[in-house]
Amino acid sequence: MTDAAVADRIQFAFTVMFHYLFPITTMGLAPLIVLFQTLYLVRRRDRHARAARFWAKIFGINFAAGVVTGVPMEFQFGTNWASFSGFSGGVIGQTLAMEGVFAFFLEAGFLGVFLAGVNRVSPFVHWLSAVLLAGGALLSGFFITATDAWMQHPVGYRIVHGRAELTSLWALLTNPFAWWQYLHVIDGALVAASCLLASIGAFHLLRGRHLEFGRLSVAVGVGLGAAFSVLQVFPTGDMNARNVGHYQPVKEAAYEGLFRSQSDAPIAILGMPSTEQRRLLDPVEVPGALSFLEYGDAHKKVAGLDSFPQPLWPPVQVTYYAYHIMVGLGTIFIAVLLVGVLLLWRRRLFTARWYLWAVMLMLPFPYIANEAGWVVTEVGRQPWLVWGVMPTARGVSPTVEAGETIFTLLGYAGIYAALAIGFLFLVGRQVALGPRPMPAPRRREAL
Amino acid sequence: MDVLPTVWFAVLCFMLAGYAVLDGFDLGVGILHPFVARDDGERRQTLSAIGPVWDGNEVWLVAFGGLLFLSFPRVYGSGFSGFYLPLTMVLWLFVGRGLSLEWRNHLNDPMWRAPADAVFWFSSTLLVLLFGAAIGNVVRGVPLDPDGYYQGLFAWILNPYALLVGVLALGVLATHGALWLALKTDGAVEERARVLAGRLLPALLVLVAATTAATLSGRRQMLDNYRASPWLVAVPLLIPAAVAAMWHFHRTRRDLEAFVSSAGVIAALVASTAIGLYPQLLPSDPHPERGLTVANSASAHGSLVAGITWASVGLAIVVIHTTFVYFLFRGRVPLESEPVTPPR
Repeated sequence: MTDAAVADRIQFAFTVMFHYLFPITTMGLAPLIVLFQTLYLVRRRDRHARAARFWAKIFGINFAAGVVTGVPMEFQFGTNWASFSGFSGGVIGQTLAMEGVFAFFLEAGFLGVFLAGVNRVSPFVHWLSAVLLAGGALLSGFFITATDAWMQHPVGYRIVHGRAELTSLWALLTNPFAWWQYLHVIDGALVAASCLLASIGAFHLLRGRHLEFGRLSVAVGVGLGAAFSVLQVFPTGDMNARNVGHYQPVKEAAYEGLFRSQSDAPIAILGMPSTEQRRLLDPVEVPGALSFLEYGDAHKKVAGLDSFPQPLWPPVQVTYYAYHIMVGLGTIFIAVLLVGVLLLWRRRLFTARWYLWAVMLMLPFPYIANEAGWVVTEVGRQPWLVWGVMPTARGVSPTVEAGETIFTLLGYAGIYAALAIGFLFLVGRQVALGPRPMPAPRRREAL
Repeated sequence: MDVLPTVWFAVLCFMLAGYAVLDGFDLGVGILHPFVARDDGERRQTLSAIGPVWDGNEVWLVAFGGLLFLSFPRVYGSGFSGFYLPLTMVLWLFVGRGLSLEWRNHLNDPMWRAPADAVFWFSSTLLVLLFGAAIGNVVRGVPLDPDGYYQGLFAWILNPYALLVGVLALGVLATHGALWLALKTDGAVEERARVLAGRLLPALLVLVAATTAATLSGRRQMLDNYRASPWLVAVPLLIPAAVAAMWHFHRTRRDLEAFVSSAGVIAALVASTAIGLYPQLLPSDPHPERGLTVANSASAHGSLVAGITWASVGLAIVVIHTTFVYFLFRGRVPLESEPVTPPR
């Protein structure tokens, strides 16, 4: 691994992790906005329209940040990973271009209608623009996940003259790895967006302002969040893990911290992997659980890291800790949100201040869990850029020096720091203001 | 001879022309907005004329990137990584431009809006200049190594010919933006945009003539295809015809026709350049044999077939819903219009 390759990897990790903070919100929030819009269209309650407008503003701020940080991601394949681009463009260029042509056009086109069109288009067209916007956001997530899934489990291609050539577009889009990964990604975004609703609603209830909006947000956020957080473990998380176990067993061994191949393989709840001693230090384990989850039989043998040559191991510590952070947080979300559902059922949710505080402060953690999930996926894919086909070190641009990448990385860091400050400022202010009363209907006019 | 790479070359030119025509007018508005809008109300009116559509316009570039990645991965990799620093800076300008435009109206405070307007103007202007310079360098040919990677100095990119094309791009898109504002606004902004368009037109004629002369004297290869099929000369002849139409419609205050003529100028410029370049995507100079061509950098046949199949459906859908969005926002933006996101 040359210095340049390390710099390229750090830059990609930094820019993509920063970028992904925004799609989490937009992909998760879009369906919830559609829900409020639909309620308004059907029942004509002002509170639903107000909620939809408030969340649309938050969506808009996030969408802008997501677009401007996303465009550099696409072009980074060409700038920093030229060899990889030349090798795989004919295959993953399909899904990346589809994202632009099918999803992004839809999203960007109808965001303008949705944000600027209230009072200018009919309620039905306004609702339709919200639906198309959400459709675009969810499609966008699919094409990006399908692109990543091909790098995890390449299908529908053959290698001709040292380049990947597409043999089946259908296989690429129905990649068995892609679908559970996609549902897991989208559901993760929905958990985060539900927690965002609950958190901001709780903030307003604790302050004693915008009570109607606060109650609606907390109830919807807690209720849907509980459902989504359960779905995140079963079936989506479970099926995703089975896919990894099936297609990338060494990654599974790394994130479970399983150094030894064994029957009755345990799941480590806690522990510190040591690559020197090739074992988990101070483990707290559930015996047989891993074998059971993987094969439905607690006595089946699961491959550990010792089944694979060490040069093919991913970085064990990073993969292991990221996975345990993700799973641990996911478990906490289920517990906290189910307590909320219980309180809601008992009609005590809106007055249980201790609980509202807890939900409000929980806000950053779903984002951390989403990011940790991608760290497991991508770091766990190492040392491969395309699993079993192209090593990461071979994918970089031959002419880009480490120094150039460090320079642009610092540039990105500066620009993104400014972006983050502006973002927190704008969103914080929007949240503090709360939803605004509906304006009086005005005559239709163009923009 | 496989015809598909040539088809893809045409698709990419279509995407680039679409980008230049659509994002072109909001980049042009970015260049002009300090000169046509004098106070915050007028600024808001100016930005509202592009606010709902600019994002969709920029997607043409994103889609162009994806389609280039699919069809000519070598150009995507070698071309982009060769121009590493300038391209990265272009991406930074996109970040600044998108944020300043989208976030400006979220806060009603001069300390927020003044820097937003400044960033919007600066990034729009520099982006257009750099895009023009990039096209200029492609036309001129760049020093490539045997693997098709750029080997030259960062500073070389801003050579006199490239800068001339950059200034041409500024002129073309500023006019385009002025005509859009004349079409979409009313009151003082509309009148100022009209006057500006009238002043820019003669400059535009001079720039087109100067760039054409420089290209023909410095890069004779651009004429090869026209020599081989003389009927193609009709395409560059559309440029003066469209400029004349633009002039006529501008004088008679037929804003829509004037704007469409301006779009015609841009499309004809892109098409003439593309015909001159074909089959090169990134010519090499010296060592013309190292250039990246339609033949030596296209994806494999299967990838191109699959891509053209879904892309033709996809782009048809895009044209339909883009038309629908523009139809929803038809008419003029009045001065006291509510901004996209109302300030407190």
